[in-house]
Amino acid sequence: MQAFTRLNGLVVPLDRANVDTDAIIPKQFLKSIKRTGYGPFLFDEWRYEDVGQPEMDCSHRPIRKEFVLNQPRFQGAEILLTRENFGCGSSREHAPWAILDYGISCVIAPSFADIFYNNCFKNGVLPVVLKDDQMDALFVDVAANSGYTLTVDLEAQAITSPTGRTFNFDVDAFRKHCLLKGLDDISLTLQQSEIIQAYETERKVSAPWLFGAS
Amino acid sequence: MAKTLFEKVWDQHVLTASDDGSALLYIDRQLIHEVTSPQAFEGLREAGRKPWRVDASIATADHNVPTTGLEHGITDPVARTQVEALDTNCKEFGIIEFPMGDIRQGIVHVVGPEQGLVLPGMTVVCGDSHTSTHGALGAIAMGIGTSEVEHVLATQTLIQKKPKMMRVTVDGELPKGITGKDIALYIIGEIGTAGGTGYAIEFAGKTIESLSMEGRMSLCNMTIEAGARCGMIAVDDVTIDYVKGRPFSPKGDIWERAEAAWRDLYSDADAVFDQEICLHAVDIMPQVTWGTSPEMVAPIFGGTPCLNDAKDDVQRQDWQRAFAYMDLEENTAIMGITIDKVFIGSCTNARIEDLRAAAAIARGHQVAEKVILAMVVPGSGLVKKQAEEEGLDVIFKEAGFEWREPGCSMCLAMNADRLEAGERCASTSNRNFEGRQGAGGRTHLVSPAMAAAAAIKGHFVDVRNWR
Repeated sequence: MQAFTRLNGLVVPLDRANVDTDAIIPKQFLKSIKRTGYGPFLFDEWRYEDVGQPEMDCSHRPIRKEFVLNQPRFQGAEILLTRENFGCGSSREHAPWAILDYGISCVIAPSFADIFYNNCFKNGVLPVVLKDDQMDALFVDVAANSGYTLTVDLEAQAITSPTGRTFNFDVDAFRKHCLLKGLDDISLTLQQSEIIQAYETERKVSAPWLFGAS
Repeated sequence: MAKTLFEKVWDQHVLTASDDGSALLYIDRQLIHEVTSPQAFEGLREAGRKPWRVDASIATADHNVPTTGLEHGITDPVARTQVEALDTNCKEFGIIEFPMGDIRQGIVHVVGPEQGLVLPGMTVVCGDSHTSTHGALGAIAMGIGTSEVEHVLATQTLIQKKPKMMRVTVDGELPKGITGKDIALYIIGEIGTAGGTGYAIEFAGKTIESLSMEGRMSLCNMTIEAGARCGMIAVDDVTIDYVKGRPFSPKGDIWERAEAAWRDLYSDADAVFDQEICLHAVDIMPQVTWGTSPEMVAPIFGGTPCLNDAKDDVQRQDWQRAFAYMDLEENTAIMGITIDKVFIGSCTNARIEDLRAAAAIARGHQVAEKVILAMVVPGSGLVKKQAEEEGLDVIFKEAGFEWREPGCSMCLAMNADRLEAGERCASTSNRNFEGRQGAGGRTHLVSPAMAAAAAIKGHFVDVRNWR
């Protein structure tokens, strides 16, 4: 996994609550068996006027000019600012894959859906929770300032605005550790193989109905 | 110490716990389908890893499978590749699969309980958010992402933070014509789509106890639509009777021991929840969603809300966008909304009881002329067989419904079953998001009986007055 340490990036505001993973990456793109290539289809139905299909060349598709990701001032954005309950609905990890593949590696919102939040950490995408009033302030700033960037420092758990205003955020110690180092948590878990085996040995005796479906 | 149902199952599965509240949790069962697993198997292959315990996993293809013309196979080459990848991966890694053509194939959340592969007290995961369904059996069941699918395959464990616990109690007799689906939609309307975020929800109370196992599964299935990954119901006679005698359920002496252990799966009288919500069955009417989020829901005799009633600007803009997308206005009566298509199916409502309820409404009637498609998609090959033995297929076909092969179908429209832009659908599925059933399609979530009645009348009606 790609590590996330510190990012200074252009911010794009998506001023909607309850953005679901069907909107982030529609179902037809879930037929792919790869982890990459979803970026051109991020927010497909909001971004384009036609209906996208897997592996389509998006460079000539008719775009919805009013959608934020299509506005010239937000091209190259690396930080997404959005509203409550971002990533709700389907568990599809294709959602953070699409976000990352597009070039966004930090999403800032007042709250996230649980599964999406988890999925981000597995893919080098940092989801940051800020308070509603802090979010409102950022939405105002980004609307007022073309080329608005933020600096996100995971080690310090802090977001800094161009004017030097700082917002601190919480993140679980283990998730932070893995994201900073880009660690594969399967290898970490396999270091505990003996504990897993001992548990299974005991459970085979105390709850044998849990074993042997094949 | 008094424990909740969730804590009893959780504590039995914790291998190690960290100071930050995260635990290494043992997973008893993983359900696998074709959409969220290929990258996980590829990850195993790239790292040279093997599944930790092959007998803990079970696979079936559901999202992409066609529901007509099975003799032609899957005609969409991209979808076919994905289903074939599942077949290949299961063979290569030694995982049991119910492939297309096997009568046991179907929607993974219908197949698991039907086969006795999901049992009370288990920890169950699947790369699908509707895994919450299985909590109806007193299991901890939750949806996970593909990286976690790979983690469970490789280690049989998951790193999880213990969620907070919420109990939603619904008291009173289950009113006539009200189903698990209506209860689910009503609860979501009350607490919102993020109301359960960070929680595991236990559903309790007399109303919940009086639900059949199918009704309980519909309710737990939609827990994720309230934001909670996991919904649960205590084990009782309904649970035990459902599990007994299924193909993979324990037998003989082991059954006796299992049942004794499962009988302890309820929240102790003085167990403490982080949040308690009490609702009354008498307040629950047949529910119909009007917007693009399951919380945008109203009783059948109600209407769309008034914009002035929005709690804040964010919600007002949400409602305005939903009205525009759904081509509805504020203060529109639900019963006046006419529909173009009807979908009866999905992991929420494609079990035998759901099909019986829909057939009871459809019997002796005709689908309204203006309804261009009304389809019934059974949840599994075995549900289909059972329904045909009961003659339900004949009732549906005589009434003008299409009787299809099992799969996820138009719940998420990954196969050919979908809404065209602007079409309006009465659907027994679980999500009314923009584009969910097809780009530009408009979804109204309802119970199976409500969907069947809407098909006959061409608009929403109150099934409690059906004759």
